[in-house]
Amino acid sequence: MSAPDHELEQGTSLGHDAWLRLRKNRLAMAGGLLLVAIAVLCLIGPTLSPYGYEADNLQLGAAPPSLSHWMGTDYNGRDLFTRVMVGGRVSFAVGFAATAVSLLIGVLYGAIAGYLGGRTDMLLMRIVDILYALPFTIFVILLLTLFGRNFVLLFVAIGAVEWLTMARIVRGQVMGLKKQEFIEACVAIGMSRRRIILRHLVPNTLGPVVVYVTLTVPSVMLLEAFLSFLGLGVQPPMSSWGILIGDGARAMEVNPWLLVFPGLLFSLTLFALNALGDGLRDALDVRGAKD
Amino acid sequence: MKTVVRLFPLLLICLTAISCGKVGINSATAGKPFTPTPEKNDNVLRLGNGDEPQALDPHLVAGVMEQNILSSLLEGLATEDPQTLAPVPGAAERWEISPDETVYTFHLRENGRWSNGDPVTAEDFRFSFERLLSPNLAAEYAYMLHVIKNAKAFNEGRIKDFSEVGVKVKDERTLEITLESPTAYFLAMQSHFCYFPVHKATILKFGKIDQRDTDWTKPGNFVGNGAFQLADWKVNEVIRVRPNPHYWDAATVMLSGIEFYPVKQAETEERMFRGGQLDCTTTLPLPKLDTYKKDYPNLLRRDPYLATGYYLFNTSRKPFNDVRVRRAFSLAVNRQLICDRILKGGQTPAFFLTPPDTAGFTSRALLTGTLDEARKLLADAGYPDGQGFPEVELLYNTSENHRIIAEAIQQMWHRDLGVRVSLVNQEWKAYMDTRRKLGFGLCRAGWTADYNDPMTFLDLFVTDGGNNNTGWSNPEYDKAIAEARRTSGATRMEAFQKAEAILAAELPILTLYHYRTVDLVHPRVQGWYPNQLDHHPYKYVSLKAN
Amino acid sequence: MLKFILRRLFLEALPTLFVIATLTFFMVRLAPGGPFSREKQVSAEVQRRLDAYYGLDKPLVVQYGRYLTNVARGDLGPSFKHSTESVNSLIARAFPVSLELGLWALLFAIITGIGAGIIASLRPNTWTDAAPMTLAMAGICLPSFVLGPLLLLLFGLTLGWVNVAGWNTAGDRILPAITLGAGYAAYLARLTRAGMRDILSQDFIRTARAKGLSPARVIFVHALKGGLLPSVSFLGPAVAGLITGTFVVESIFQIPGLGQIIVNAAFNRDYFLILGAVVFIGFVMIVMNLLVDVAQALMNPRLRISE
Repeated sequence: MSAPDHELEQGTSLGHDAWLRLRKNRLAMAGGLLLVAIAVLCLIGPTLSPYGYEADNLQLGAAPPSLSHWMGTDYNGRDLFTRVMVGGRVSFAVGFAATAVSLLIGVLYGAIAGYLGGRTDMLLMRIVDILYALPFTIFVILLLTLFGRNFVLLFVAIGAVEWLTMARIVRGQVMGLKKQEFIEACVAIGMSRRRIILRHLVPNTLGPVVVYVTLTVPSVMLLEAFLSFLGLGVQPPMSSWGILIGDGARAMEVNPWLLVFPGLLFSLTLFALNALGDGLRDALDVRGAKD
Repeated sequence: MKTVVRLFPLLLICLTAISCGKVGINSATAGKPFTPTPEKNDNVLRLGNGDEPQALDPHLVAGVMEQNILSSLLEGLATEDPQTLAPVPGAAERWEISPDETVYTFHLRENGRWSNGDPVTAEDFRFSFERLLSPNLAAEYAYMLHVIKNAKAFNEGRIKDFSEVGVKVKDERTLEITLESPTAYFLAMQSHFCYFPVHKATILKFGKIDQRDTDWTKPGNFVGNGAFQLADWKVNEVIRVRPNPHYWDAATVMLSGIEFYPVKQAETEERMFRGGQLDCTTTLPLPKLDTYKKDYPNLLRRDPYLATGYYLFNTSRKPFNDVRVRRAFSLAVNRQLICDRILKGGQTPAFFLTPPDTAGFTSRALLTGTLDEARKLLADAGYPDGQGFPEVELLYNTSENHRIIAEAIQQMWHRDLGVRVSLVNQEWKAYMDTRRKLGFGLCRAGWTADYNDPMTFLDLFVTDGGNNNTGWSNPEYDKAIAEARRTSGATRMEAFQKAEAILAAELPILTLYHYRTVDLVHPRVQGWYPNQLDHHPYKYVSLKAN
Repeated sequence: MLKFILRRLFLEALPTLFVIATLTFFMVRLAPGGPFSREKQVSAEVQRRLDAYYGLDKPLVVQYGRYLTNVARGDLGPSFKHSTESVNSLIARAFPVSLELGLWALLFAIITGIGAGIIASLRPNTWTDAAPMTLAMAGICLPSFVLGPLLLLLFGLTLGWVNVAGWNTAGDRILPAITLGAGYAAYLARLTRAGMRDILSQDFIRTARAKGLSPARVIFVHALKGGLLPSVSFLGPAVAGLITGTFVVESIFQIPGLGQIIVNAAFNRDYFLILGAVVFIGFVMIVMNLLVDVAQALMNPRLRISE
C-alpha cells in the first residue's frame, strides 16, 4: 500500500472556505464593492470638492441642485454634497466602531453565559438586565456631561448599549446549541471550555449575529442622530447622516433635496450592508448546502 | 432574473427617494390662498403654548408660557390696553398717585368677584404680596416687588413683621402701596403674574401662606378673579379654561373657552395649525418662513417684540478680557445679513441692548465701526490675522435657531478675522450651570422684557447681577442704574443713556438682534393685536364664525 | 413552571430593582445642573430654602435612605418640574398611554414583520422574497422622524383622513402605531426570515416533507417554533423599548406618553421623576424578560430540561 499524498490532504480553515463561498455570491460582492465605494467617496470626496463643509453662503440660502452645487445647498448656503460626504465619515466611524464594540463584548459575554449556565448565567444576565433598565438617555447625558464631549466617548456609549441585545441573542442561540451532540462530543473528548466556546459555539451563532450586525449599524447611526438632536453628539458645524436626515425631514416640504440625498446615501449604505451581510451569513453557514 | 429580483430593493429605494422629493415640491408650491379649516366649531380658542407649565401658582412660576395661561385666570390691580399696552383699570377701578409718586392708592371695584362668588378685597391683595415675599416660599420673581418699601428686607428675612412693608389695607376695598422711590413703570408691572392676586381663603384651605406646591391649583380647587376659570389640566396634554361668570366684565368676554397645548416641536405645531387643531402658534420653523411670506401672508404675523438676543463675553480671562478683542469680534458680525437671510422675520440688528423706543427710550450710544477696524484691533491686541488666537468656545443651549446663527457667525469670524471658534451646545440645565460658572468664551443669551421699561434690560448688568454672567463689573454703570431707580422723567432717561454708553464702550456683551414675534394666527381670530410684549388680553379676543 | 416564575420574581427581580435604583440615584446626582437652574437666577438665599424644602441639603446618604424607605412604601416622591403632581400620578397617567401605543405598534410589527418574514423565507430569491424584504429595508431606512412626518403629510394634511396630532380619537392611534412599529417590523421580518431559513434547511424538515406532510403543516407545526426563536429573543427588550423609548414619536404626534416624561425629566434634572421612571421601567423590563424566557422555554423543549 502506498502512503497517502499529504498535499492533497491539506485541510482548509473555516475562514478560507467562507471566503471562497462569498466570492461566488455576486450580490454580496456587489454590496461589498458599493460599501467600499461609498466609504472611499466619503473619505476623499470633501478634499476634491471646491467647497469646505462649513463654508456658508448666506445670500444664497437653501438652493436646489444645480451645476455648481450638485446636491443643492442647506439653509446656511453650505454645499450639501460636501456635507453629505463629511457626514458619511462620521456616520461610518460611529456606526462601525460602536458596532465593533458591541460585537466584541456581546458575543463573548453571551456565549460564556449561555454555555456555563446555572449561577454564572443568572448573574451575568442579571447584570445585563440592570444595564438595560437604565434609561439610555440619562445614562448617556450623564456620561457626556461628566466626562465632556468626546468623539470616542460617543461610540463607547452607544456600543455599550447595543452589546446587551447582542449578548441576549447569542446566549439564546448557545443555550440551544450546547445540547446538541457535536458539543457533547467535544466535551467527551476533553476539549477545554475556551476552545469549545471560541472554536465551536461562536462560529455557529454567527448566522443570526451577522444579521443582527447589519441591523445594528443603521440603528447606531440613527441613535447618533438622536443624541446630536439632544445636543450630545457631534458638534456643529460638523455633521452626520443622521443629523442631515433629521434636518432634511424638518424641511422636506420646502427643500426636499435636503432629505433625498442624505437619505439616498444612507439607504444605499444599508442596502450594501445587507447584501454583504446576507452573503457573509450564507458563506459562514457550516451546516448545510444552501439552495 | 435572479439578479433583477435581488436588485429590486435597490430600485425601489431610489424610486421612493425620488418620489418623496416630488411630494415635497408639489405641496410646497401649492400656491392657492389657503386657510386651515378649524377642527371644531365650538368658539374655543386653541393656542400652542410651547411647554408644559411648571405650575399654575402665580407666585411659583417664572416664564412666558405661564404668563399666557395665568393672564386668563387672574387679574391684577391694573391691566393693559390690548393695543397700546397702556395701564388701564383692572381689579381696581381707579387709583391716585401722590405728588412725589411714591404712594399709590387703589380703589377696588364693588362688583369685583372671585370665581366662587367671593368679593375681591384689598386684603386678598395684601395677602398675595405677603405670600410672594415670604422667604420660605422662595419665589423666583419676588425681586419684582422690591420696589415696594421694605419689601426686600422682608423677603430676605431681615424684617419679620409684614406690617412694616409698604402695603396697607385702608378699608375693605382700598389698598395703599408705598414705594421705595418713584417707579415710573409700577402700573405697567401690574400686568405681570407676580402682581396677580390669589384667593386668601383658598390658599389657607390647602396649606399655610408660605407652603409650596399645595393642591390649591388643581382643577376644581383653583379660584381666580380673571375672565376665565380652570376647567381641566392634563399634564403634557392640554389645559382648558372656560368663562368665569362672576368676572366683573363677563359681558365683554366673547370666547366659550381657551385650550393651551404644550407643543414643544415647532414642526409639530405648524402641522397642527395647518390641520386646524391650533388657532395660534408660538413660533414658525425657519425654512418655512419664505413660503408663508410669499404664499400665505394672511396667516403669518411678524410683530415687534421687546427682547434682545446677544452673546455674553467671558471678560474674566483671555482673550476676552481685552476690550479690543471684544470690539473686534463685535464689529466682525454682519448682523444685517443674519436678520435678512437667517431670521427673515423682520428682526433688526442690535447695536445696543435696549430695543429702540422702549417706553419712549432709544439709546444714542451704539456700536459703530468697520471690518478693517476690527482687523486692526485684533492685530493690536496681539493676534494679527488671528494668529496665535487661543481656543475659544461659543456655548449655546440646544436649539435649531441658535445653532444656525452660531454656525453663521462662526464662519464670519473665521473668514474675516481668521480666528477659529468652536461651537458647544448643551441642553438647558447643563447650559445654565456652565454659564453660571463662566465655563465659556462666549455664551448665547437673550432677554425678554418683564415690563415695558428700559430698566428690565439695563439692570441685568449691574455688579453681581444674577444674570450678569460675564465677570464684568463697572461702578459707574452701577451708579447710573441706581440713579435711574431713584429718579423719574428726563433725568431717568439720561441715566439710562449713560448706562448704554458704558455698555457700548466696554462691550461686555455682543448684542445681536432685537426680536420679533413670528407666528401663525388664524384669520378667524379677532382682537389679537400686535404689541411689544405679545400680550393678548383674552376678554377682547373673539372667533369669527365662518 | 410556577416555581420557576416565582423564583425569578423574588430572588432576582427585587435585588435587580434595588441595584437599579441605587445606581441611578447616585448617577443622576452627579450630573451638573440642579433642578432649579432657571434663566432668572435665584439668590443664594432662595436656593437654600428650596434645597431645604425638598430635603436636598441633607447628606447624600441620608437622602438615599429616605428615598428607599419611601419607595418601599410605594411613594416615588414629588416632581420638581410639575410641582403639583407626584411621580406616581405622572407615571400612572403616562404609562397606559405608552402601553397602548406600544401594543398597537407591536401588533403591527408582529403581523407585518413576522408575516413578511415567513412569506419571504418560503421561496428564497424570488419576488415573494424580495418584495417583503424591500419593505423591511424601508422600515429601517426611514427612521421615525422621517416616516412620521411623511405619513402625516400624506394622510393627515393632503388627504385629511386623520388628525395631525393628539391622542383622543381611535383614528389617532393609527399613524403613530405604524411609525413606531415600522422599525421593529423590519427587524422582525429579517430575523424571522433568517430563523425560518435556518430551520427549513434542516434535516427534520426534509424528513417531514418526504413523509408527505402538507406545506402548511410543515411550516406552522414543525418549523415555526424553532424559526421564531431569534425573533422571540429580540422581542423581550424590544417590547419594553416600544413602551418606554418613544420620545420621537410622541413629539411628532403630541402624545402624552412615558417617553416625553423620561427625556424631559433627565433634562430638567427632575430627580425623583427620573428615579421613579427608572425603577418602573426596570420592573417592566423584568416582567417582559420573564415572559420571553417562558416563551423560549415553551418553544424549545431542550431548554426546559436543563431547568
